[in-house]
Amino acid sequence: MIDVIIVGAGPAGTACGKKLSENGFSVKVYDRREELGVPVRCGEGLDERAQELIGKIPDNCISQKIKGARIYAPNGKYLEAILEYGGLILNRRVFDKWLAEQAIKAGAEIQKNTIITDFIKENGYYKGVKGEFLEKKFEEKAKMIVCATGAESALRKALKIFSKLNLIDSCLQYKMSGIDINSDFIHIYLGNEIARRGYLWIFPKGKDKANVGAGVIPGKLNAKYYLDKFINEHQELKKGKIDLVEGGCVPVGDLLKDVVDNGLLICGEAAHHVNPIHGGGIKEAIISGQLAADVITDCLKKNDVSKKVLSKFNELWWEKRGKHLRNVEKLREVVEKLSDEDLNDLADALKPEDLIEFSRGSKLSVLAKALMRKPRLISLAKHLL
Amino acid sequence: MTWSIDNRKCFHCGGCVSVCPFAALELKENIIFDEKLCTLCGICEKACPVSAIKVTK
Repeated sequence: MIDVIIVGAGPAGTACGKKLSENGFSVKVYDRREELGVPVRCGEGLDERAQELIGKIPDNCISQKIKGARIYAPNGKYLEAILEYGGLILNRRVFDKWLAEQAIKAGAEIQKNTIITDFIKENGYYKGVKGEFLEKKFEEKAKMIVCATGAESALRKALKIFSKLNLIDSCLQYKMSGIDINSDFIHIYLGNEIARRGYLWIFPKGKDKANVGAGVIPGKLNAKYYLDKFINEHQELKKGKIDLVEGGCVPVGDLLKDVVDNGLLICGEAAHHVNPIHGGGIKEAIISGQLAADVITDCLKKNDVSKKVLSKFNELWWEKRGKHLRNVEKLREVVEKLSDEDLNDLADALKPEDLIEFSRGSKLSVLAKALMRKPRLISLAKHLL
Repeated sequence: MTWSIDNRKCFHCGGCVSVCPFAALELKENIIFDEKLCTLCGICEKACPVSAIKVTK
């Protein structure tokens, strides 16, 4: 019998599979897709420091290196935040395959074209998976199952997990070419008219190319409405061409606190391990997947994969990421209540570096202080403290 | 009372699948809809970034 079955060969699944293989366990990773990394569901941004987790990312995985972010208030004024270590706009098509190769080199087996439809449960333990490989049904057993499917998986239904409508951002992104942008920065536009609750982004992918997208709270107006409107109002984008349409719904909160059961662990976006303010999930998925591997390694060594022992993952993840991301979620809860005028005023009151810190869940007291200047916003400020 | 999807608009992002509380949707080549599970709650319609889904009660 295989030691660990992992469902999903994205950043979480491959990070987990690589580490478990390195630790000497037999690992099989299943993925629904024919080609890993496709279709792209995200803006493809990654903090350069993620390389501390996965090693040096090869050049062919990187579309563009950036210096930082320009964050635009609704009135068009922007704050320019330089990232100390820089940032990367990836080519997920290549990057995800590279991550998979790393796992394979470590000894993991990856099987694509495979839809996992259900789990095998025996005596209260998850013991395996049921699936279809090229339309042929099969069953496979393992000592431990990892669900790293991302949020849009049908498998989560077997676990009765779904993302709450008010805690996702509905996103649409165009891969555009022939546009005119400053490619040293990612560009983030805030405002209730620009992208309600979420934001509109331009992530450069070369001199005249970019991922241009909008993520918004589900409501009367969809992401496409905001994105098309923005492009129409910006000549430097309007003159370009849409090469590809991408998107999806990203969890921006509801950080799941209990993601283990007997013989089962859920990690990455499937567990809502995503940054709730910007929806960035690659780095969080890698951290979550690696941490899962550490805990599973201990459990397999002890020959005990009970929920009780696996719960160590809940504890460790919360300590390492959850509590920070909960702060970020509070930030999102506050930002979504601000009017355009409030956002404009904050842009005047805050320093660009503050914004980067906020997105990491730190220095929120600085924001609270700025909010306190308006009596109307005092209760929001308190929510941050 | 119907659920329908415009496959010219849908680009198979699976956003609707991630929010369906009743597991009535599945992402394969297209979105697979299970009318036995659907309660016509309309959550998928609201989540869709391109308004490809229409639910009428």
